Amino acid sequence: MRLVVVGNGMAGSRLVGEVRARDPRVSITVFGAEHGRPYNRVLLSNVLAGKARPEQLGLHDLSWYAANRVEAALGSEVAWIDREARAVHTADGRREPYDLLVLATGSEAIVPPIPGVERAIPFRTLDDCDRILKAAEHSRRAVVVGGGLLGIEAARGLAGRGLPVTLLHLAGHLMERQLDAEAGLVLGETLAGLGVETRTGVLAESVEETGVRLAGGELVEGDLVVLACGVRPLTALAAEAGLEVRRGVVVDDELRTDDPSIFAIGECAEHDGTVYGLVAPAWEQASVAADVITGGKTRYRGSRLVTRLKASSVELAAMGETQLTDEHAEVVRFSHRAQGTYRKLVIRDDRLVGAILLGDSDAVGTLTQLFDRGGPVPGDRAGLLFPGLSAAPVADSPVLMPDAAKVCQCNNVTKGQIRACWEAGARDVAGVAAATRATTGCGTCRDAVAGIVGWLCEQEGVSA
Amino acid sequence: MSVDTHCPYCALQCGMAIRAEGTEVTITPRTDIPANAGGALCQKGWTAAELLTNGERLTGPLLHGNPVSWEEALDHVAERLGALRDEHGPDAVAVFGGGGLTNEKAYLLGKLARVALGTSQIDYNGRFCMSSAAAASIRAFGLDRGMPFPVTDLAGADVVLLAGANPAETMPPFVRHLEGARLIVIDPRRTATARLAWLHLRPAPGTDLALALGLLHLAVAEDLVDVPYVAGRTTGFEEVRTSLASWWPERVERITGVPVQRMREAVRALAFARNAYVLTGRGAEQHAKGTDTVSAFINLALALGLPGRAGSGYGCLTGQGNGQGGREHGQKADQLPGYRKIDDPAAREHVAGVWGVRPEDLPGPGRSAYELLDALGTPGGPRAMLLFGSNPVVSAPDSARIADRIRALDLLVVCDVVMSETAALADVVLPVTQWAEETGTMTNLEGRVLLRRQAVAPPPGVRGDLEVIAGLARRLGHDFADEPGKVFEELRRASAGGPADYAGITYERIADETGVFWPCPDPEHAGTPRPFLDSFPTPDGRARFVPVEHRPPAEDIDDDYPVYLTTGRVLAHYQSGAQTRRIASLTAAVPEPYVELHPDLADRLAIEAGDLVRVTSRRGAGEGVARISDAIRSDTVFMPFHWEGANRLTNPALDPTSRMPEFKVCAVRVERVA
Repeated sequence: MRLVVVGNGMAGSRLVGEVRARDPRVSITVFGAEHGRPYNRVLLSNVLAGKARPEQLGLHDLSWYAANRVEAALGSEVAWIDREARAVHTADGRREPYDLLVLATGSEAIVPPIPGVERAIPFRTLDDCDRILKAAEHSRRAVVVGGGLLGIEAARGLAGRGLPVTLLHLAGHLMERQLDAEAGLVLGETLAGLGVETRTGVLAESVEETGVRLAGGELVEGDLVVLACGVRPLTALAAEAGLEVRRGVVVDDELRTDDPSIFAIGECAEHDGTVYGLVAPAWEQASVAADVITGGKTRYRGSRLVTRLKASSVELAAMGETQLTDEHAEVVRFSHRAQGTYRKLVIRDDRLVGAILLGDSDAVGTLTQLFDRGGPVPGDRAGLLFPGLSAAPVADSPVLMPDAAKVCQCNNVTKGQIRACWEAGARDVAGVAAATRATTGCGTCRDAVAGIVGWLCEQEGVSA
Repeated sequence: MSVDTHCPYCALQCGMAIRAEGTEVTITPRTDIPANAGGALCQKGWTAAELLTNGERLTGPLLHGNPVSWEEALDHVAERLGALRDEHGPDAVAVFGGGGLTNEKAYLLGKLARVALGTSQIDYNGRFCMSSAAAASIRAFGLDRGMPFPVTDLAGADVVLLAGANPAETMPPFVRHLEGARLIVIDPRRTATARLAWLHLRPAPGTDLALALGLLHLAVAEDLVDVPYVAGRTTGFEEVRTSLASWWPERVERITGVPVQRMREAVRALAFARNAYVLTGRGAEQHAKGTDTVSAFINLALALGLPGRAGSGYGCLTGQGNGQGGREHGQKADQLPGYRKIDDPAAREHVAGVWGVRPEDLPGPGRSAYELLDALGTPGGPRAMLLFGSNPVVSAPDSARIADRIRALDLLVVCDVVMSETAALADVVLPVTQWAEETGTMTNLEGRVLLRRQAVAPPPGVRGDLEVIAGLARRLGHDFADEPGKVFEELRRASAGGPADYAGITYERIADETGVFWPCPDPEHAGTPRPFLDSFPTPDGRARFVPVEHRPPAEDIDDDYPVYLTTGRVLAHYQSGAQTRRIASLTAAVPEPYVELHPDLADRLAIEAGDLVRVTSRRGAGEGVARISDAIRSDTVFMPFHWEGANRLTNPALDPTSRMPEFKVCAVRVERVA
């Protein structure tokens, strides 16, 4: 079987790896528009923030392709699909026949059609990242247009490099698709403390040499302007081939388009009315498509979305339906703006359907897994938001400890036995150890035994 | 007069002195053995004398349940083995050993299989214990010596990462060596060890590998890699680094449930420590991906420049008493004495020379433990099994199935000290000596060879395993030494030149030096406490990074089986419990099997503390008393495996490299027994 993959980004490269892992025989050709090896786009903001080097992003070494017998045509753009003959044609005149074709063309950055926008740098690719960093070296002030996930990560990254940053956002609050208004507000305050000034509800009208002009005339100063205004699925290839395209290339639960020999995955695909813009769904789709292509029976049923901001000193996780209010769901909320803390649970039918966690919290792991698994939410909702809150207090004071409490785990010695031993005449740890073997195992109960003996001696002193 | 020897239980092999006066046997801790320096012992050690005096001993051979003489029993066994071999070929006889047997026994058992029986079908319960760590160590370092440094080195550590190890419960005196260090504990449960931790990471069961990859990703991203070390002492880092691009911490957080911030704290603590150790235990290893999980932790240790550096390192915490020596001298399916590979022509020639046979007459590699047990009594599988020092009816995964396979045998011969659950199924039961009644060597978790000395006389009617093995060999036409000192002399010659070289070790030296570290190739050699300091025993002298990928548990939870089961040990019991369940104070401490579950889960299932609970997997069901505790995740239950039951549930999915079963995670449902 001949498999051709168009696109060697996060989705395409993942699919190639998954197919090869499942089937050593199928012939695979992958076309990538970019010349270099595929890289992990999720980590671009870390590069911008100086927390990763570009060479740490590579997903496959070029030697991987040879070792796995995958033909990689990198820097070769597919121009059109001949569905009748089942072949793709590249811009440089190559024709590659296929039995199955996977479109993983991804998406492109949206560049708003405003005057001077060519002065701004979109934030989408490794090359973009490189350009931004070069420009940042001799900039005094930056403006980031777009207060979604990527825009915030870019703004935080630049601020971390010592550049004052203004973040402009059209909607009324930051990350309005993932956060409710209050979370957006708290997030803005947290960012302010890190050198990012946030302006919401503002429309950029033009990009000028000295900054961004807002509708209304105000100039927001900055000699570096970065665009993070969202992405648009790249669907032209599919549309010109006559495949059904709405916002993305329409696929079914097998990730097949309306041509059964053509699949689409990742940010160019639309499944059940949804185009996903995160990597986790793209990889889930790659896994299902690889399974279907190699004869498996897996089906794709949509993805649960967990958004995790990668910006140092800003811990934010948002998942599912975070905007539901008390009329439609059970909502548990804790807000402490002075601390930059905001936590919200959205529960329906005893299941966690949404959550926001802003500020460092151990709850993030538990909540993500509860959301992913769809398991029932425990009755103690507060305990979910504050792990450890409901844990039984440890009675380590010798006074409060019941006689039945085990003091020495290694030798199974209770407080009662130590008391009895003391009553029989032992007045120090060595005496208790000789009689009960307490403290002779791992030794970590030594202080506890000393505490009990000391307390008993004190009591004796008091009563004497 | 008191005799210096060692505890009968775990791989720490605490030193103890035994004084026997009449029927009174008393134990005092030795202070000259570093493992339990300061005179430490846990409750199992303190009460071990009861093993000698509790009246539960087998004292005469049984044939189909009836007392017979030794001659009659051994004649019967030899005759039946001969007949089965004649009818079905040499592989019709299986031999199954254990990690509690002395080096001498493990060695002679391998020789019995390869020389007297001519069978390839030998393996041992250490496959269920150390095989993943062993495979990963060999692939990284070229050598598996559990801890390639003395246990006392740990005292100088600033940070110790324990991945899936719970020594506070399983080898308490070991914890004393960790007193000076910040502990980072990776365990789904808040165990006794996790309670001592500076940082406790609680991954979902079966996700340790992802966590290790996330930690390594962070080490690379935050520039914490020891670049000169990686350049000078390792190979393969580039490929591993590329594989890490897919394991960024936020993704790992979603898979494991461990917050990114905690991962970051863990990696930084390890990287900024002057001296640090990464140690793995069964929690990380007993998975169908256990070898890769250990490789991921070794990769982390290598990236931080720990292995082979004085004061730092990677090690695994061996479990069974002779879990280290037991995996070196030939009771493993693919192995010959001295940790040699059975498919290596030079190894075959050397060992055949010591044994006085032709190399081509030695059988090749046989089935691994689970595969061997699962083949018993099947067409093409063994028809007879000789079992030493193991109790698979309790300890094998999917144990009800394995009990059925054992029942299908034409002949089961069990050597044991008590009537274990497996011995109860045997055609022939042979009562043998135990620790304090015999002499031999044990190699502890440090790779230190120790001397077990006879302190009391065995009960009348009991024979040593070596005598039993030699007695069978003699009836099969082979003359084997049966005296421990003589067997050890032969083991020294057989191991000479192999990775685990004991050639320079003698009983006298062990006594004089309180143990000798292998490799020790000649009597003048001081032994090797830290084998990796100068270079690694790989062809180029460098340690190897091995790229690995995480994958989900072999059996994940679903609507029918919505809860994870994980299994493990408790302080008061040991392995299948055959010994400890017969000691009054230990059964008083933990009298019965239990099921630990989170209050939220208990609430949902209307289970209260003390209720009898049934846990069911696709393979079977087990019962236990409910213990409700927030020390466990609400999606997971825990059962100790010292009773029949827990392993009826466990999943025999095997690691592709080590053939380790997935003991530590499977999917179950839980209900109250009405």
